[in-house]
Amino acid sequence: MRIPMTEYLAIDLASERWLCRVCEHDLGNARGNYKEGTLVYDRDPREIHPAILDPEKYEYTFAPDPNFCRILEFYCPGCGTQIETEYVPPGHPPTVDMLWDIDALREQWASREGVPEELINYGPGENAIAEPRQPHSHH
Amino acid sequence: MTISNNDTGQFAEHSESRQLSEQEQQWVDKFMDETTLFLGPDPVIMRNHQIHERTSHENDCMSSQVDPVKADRVRKRLAGALDEAFEMCESMGAAPGAKWADLSVAVYTAEGDVSYMSNRGVIAFAAVLHHPIRYIMKNWKDEPTVGINPGDGFFHNDSRFGMVHNTDQSMLVPVMRGGRIIAWVGATIHEGENGACEPGGMPSGSESPFDDGLRASPFKIVEGGRLRRDLLTFLQHSTRDPKLMLADIKVKMGAVRRVIETVDRLVEEVGEEAFIATLRSTVENVETEVRRRISELPDGTVSFNQFVDSTLKENILIKFACKITIKGDSMVVDITGTGPEILNRALNSPLASTKAFMTQAILSFWWPDLPRSTGALSPIEVISEEHSWADAGYDAPVGQSLQASFRGFSALQTLYAKIQFSAPTKYSNVIAPWFNQINDFLWGGTTQHGEQVGNLCADLNGMGGGAKAFRDGEDGVAPLFCAMADIAEQEVMEEEVPFLQLVSKRIVRDNQGFGKYRGGMGYEMIVASRGTPAWGFMTVTTGAKFSSVTGMFGGYGCPTYPLAMVKNINIYDIIRKDPSKFDLSMERVMNEQPYEGGNYQTAHMGLQFDVAKEGELYMISQGSGGGYGDILERDPELVMGDLELDRISDKVASELYGVVYQPDTFVVDQDKTAALRTQMRQDRLKRGKPYKEFVAEFVTPEPPKDLLYFGSWGDDTDELVATHWGKSEPERVTGRLEDLPLIMMPDRRVLKIEKLSKRVDELEAQCGEQVQHKS
Repeated sequence: MRIPMTEYLAIDLASERWLCRVCEHDLGNARGNYKEGTLVYDRDPREIHPAILDPEKYEYTFAPDPNFCRILEFYCPGCGTQIETEYVPPGHPPTVDMLWDIDALREQWASREGVPEELINYGPGENAIAEPRQPHSHH
Repeated sequence: MTISNNDTGQFAEHSESRQLSEQEQQWVDKFMDETTLFLGPDPVIMRNHQIHERTSHENDCMSSQVDPVKADRVRKRLAGALDEAFEMCESMGAAPGAKWADLSVAVYTAEGDVSYMSNRGVIAFAAVLHHPIRYIMKNWKDEPTVGINPGDGFFHNDSRFGMVHNTDQSMLVPVMRGGRIIAWVGATIHEGENGACEPGGMPSGSESPFDDGLRASPFKIVEGGRLRRDLLTFLQHSTRDPKLMLADIKVKMGAVRRVIETVDRLVEEVGEEAFIATLRSTVENVETEVRRRISELPDGTVSFNQFVDSTLKENILIKFACKITIKGDSMVVDITGTGPEILNRALNSPLASTKAFMTQAILSFWWPDLPRSTGALSPIEVISEEHSWADAGYDAPVGQSLQASFRGFSALQTLYAKIQFSAPTKYSNVIAPWFNQINDFLWGGTTQHGEQVGNLCADLNGMGGGAKAFRDGEDGVAPLFCAMADIAEQEVMEEEVPFLQLVSKRIVRDNQGFGKYRGGMGYEMIVASRGTPAWGFMTVTTGAKFSSVTGMFGGYGCPTYPLAMVKNINIYDIIRKDPSKFDLSMERVMNEQPYEGGNYQTAHMGLQFDVAKEGELYMISQGSGGGYGDILERDPELVMGDLELDRISDKVASELYGVVYQPDTFVVDQDKTAALRTQMRQDRLKRGKPYKEFVAEFVTPEPPKDLLYFGSWGDDTDELVATHWGKSEPERVTGRLEDLPLIMMPDRRVLKIEKLSKRVDELEAQCGEQVQHKS
């Protein structure tokens, strides 16, 4: 049974592995930090948030200051999907943003009806169109 | 209390010998009661957000099953009355904030738990008022010089006693039957002006609690239905806008009276017992339902760190850490690791205000269908250390406490996307971070009508919404604290205040949280004063160097926001002579510098009261919500839609979103776009480094040397890093919060003078000039 945990990440309860929802690449032990299975890039924030005011003339331009702020981009090594981003000061350890109790997750889903990947229809690929659902209905 | 428990001082060793006898203890208690200097905020009340235990009277009322029809009648009638009272405040309130829905009206249990709240308005306002009600019940109910009687009304504004921030003012009125308090009704409005060191009630320049303005602990302003003129005069005398004070105390009293009329009729109809039982059961039922909903969520721990880049006077970097742990039906929110309070800067927040915005997130973004009750946060444990900037002590200024308390909101709002993603039952959408800054002009001075005023524009309500899992966020839609607020008609305001918004609500190109679905965008505002003898503007926002909100699941956050100004011009003279110059945008004005003699400058968004001469330009932009999902997944047609409307530049469309198109027709070349995006994904694989290798290269044992950093460095430590000015140079210190020295920032003007003096000395030495400097 695969549980979609984020837009791009699923946990396979049988193997207890993190999986990419786009390419099924194995991202590591589901009891641990999925980021350890990713590729990471230290992005200069000015490349993403362009200066709107002329940086030659002004200190404050709409672009973040790279001496204060870096964007960590976490990629799936299988397909290059950008799974997550994180805004941190230069040199700050990446945050371990999710650690799940796999035994409790298994128990929780054992008592639920339906297929997780059908019940949770937010995800990659086709645009999920959904408003908040009534309990146990999703269309 | 016993003396033998005193282990704090030199007397401790002498006090271990014996416990006091009962008689001795009574003498000590009596002495302490009689010699209390004053009744400040009570930590027992202020650090507790749980619902009050059921009183014996509530127990009696609930001993028999309440007729569900009666309970339903109470709920519906109260809902109607509260909405009516809300509209009364909105229609009649003098405060600009009231006109745009920055208020709320609520009914509380006798012990102060919120039971029902107006549908519109600010949830956080009402969610924090159990503290002052408990203070009143504990200290004034049986106090012979005060007491609580029918027709009384209590006023307060000081957030140390439980308030979102000091610019809000409350009216709390007991509902009494046969001498017993059976409920409270309260109205709170963001009033604005409060006599602080700067006009408008949210002083970014505050350097001590005494700069924060009015410090009203809960006191009785209305006695037996009559407004006390001596106290009213004191309040009017203490602020810059006496008309506002008078008008809105009356408005709040009127609105509360209207709710009480409904309550009176209801009690007649259903009986006192059923009324009390219904209020209490709502509070308890919400708590029970919250536990049930927590148990539907996956067990585990999610973490999110925010970094705030300014004290509103100087650029620093201060952390707001948050870790949420769920196990079964329990949830713990842990904000340890958050930076220390800064004792001479305005950005600190009392814990109760930070928690109020956690409740705001829960009741507006997690479970908006729940009755708005104290029961919503009650079962959730909050771990925090007093004297962090999100849990400020009594001596810290809190004039701009929203800097910390809004981060409490963002922590919970952001993390919930990860918490609820895998839950099959969702009570709200999975959504990227909402914009979380007050990108707005505050203002003050003398109006064209000769009145003294201080307040703010309604544009604070135009925050960009976060992208949803299935569609783009909405532009300038609503503030995080009020789902149905208004950004108001600028032209209406201009009849009352002496400045024009020369540009209002124009979207700033590329001011976007990029993603598969993009965040709602912010708009720019350009203002200039006109026809006033004295006027000034302020801004009270961080996020000019470090983005205030992040993205979600691979999306990006918002950009950073500058304050831009053109001084030494009069735009009205310029456009009177040449109307074609009325083609304003922040980008064009600042980059082209079209006005001769103008002094063009940018700054971070913490502008203390700045005298605005007629026609000088002040320019800011409202912020954008975070983006959701990988930008390379964004539908190319949606990218073209944004490009066609000039929401994004060609550079963003092609280089970030990876779309190939005909620039003149916006027609997408599907094949080339697919090929480009494949290539861009390959490029990621080439430049990305395996996590462990990356961490080894990127992570440093401490923050960069020149960064004035506050907070834990990484999450696996009990210690905080801080910057301390024991001497004239900053010094980095590390330790547990309680072991850190008091943190005060030096006066930036003193630092600048020191720097300039050194430079003068250098130049004098270079020139061989002998100058006698007298001090």
